[in-house]
Amino acid sequence: MSTPLPLWIEVFVALLLLASGALALTGAIGLFRYGNFFQRMHPPTLAATLAAACVTLASIIFFSALERLPALYPLLINVLVALTTPVTTVLLARAALQRAREGNADVPPALAVQEPQPPD
Amino acid sequence: MSTLLAAAIVVTLACYSLAMALAVVRLLRGPGAQDRVLGLDFLYVNGMLVMLVLSIRFASNMYFVVALLIALFGFVGSAALAKFLLRGELIE
Repeated sequence: MSTPLPLWIEVFVALLLLASGALALTGAIGLFRYGNFFQRMHPPTLAATLAAACVTLASIIFFSALERLPALYPLLINVLVALTTPVTTVLLARAALQRAREGNADVPPALAVQEPQPPD
Repeated sequence: MSTLLAAAIVVTLACYSLAMALAVVRLLRGPGAQDRVLGLDFLYVNGMLVMLVLSIRFASNMYFVVALLIALFGFVGSAALAKFLLRGELIE
């Protein structure tokens, strides 16, 4: 690194990184402590959304200041995670619901599917 | 790299490591297979975040590519495992 970065940029990047670390740790504690699988699904999304957003914003600011031109490519990570995380979560929730129903656990029953009526 | 930013990066990486250790505990304890998949999912998201922080630490774009690949393959693995739990087979 030839020229040192301005102090306020470093402070901003450091604050964003610390926030993302705290958010990821919060998600892990929630994943560790909640008693039910369906409660446990919620905290890890904190790491996938807010913590990832903090880190990518920090790296956008850091590399933009370092290379003196806008470096927006870390947004790719946000786009990719925003597209893929809901797919995994929905598949996993449906699998867990199906397994709970097969095990006769206390979960709501499947919605009654109505047969389409033939037109008269 | 000033000492302030370097110290913040060390603290952040320690937080991520603790989070990954908690996810490994959840992965080993279960109790169901879906809990283990959730632990693995959290583990790969944390690995991706570690790579992004390392790209800031070493001011290198290569780590960013690694983070992108981890996100992509982690999604494929998690989706395949969830699909397996749902159906019992992957390709019908």
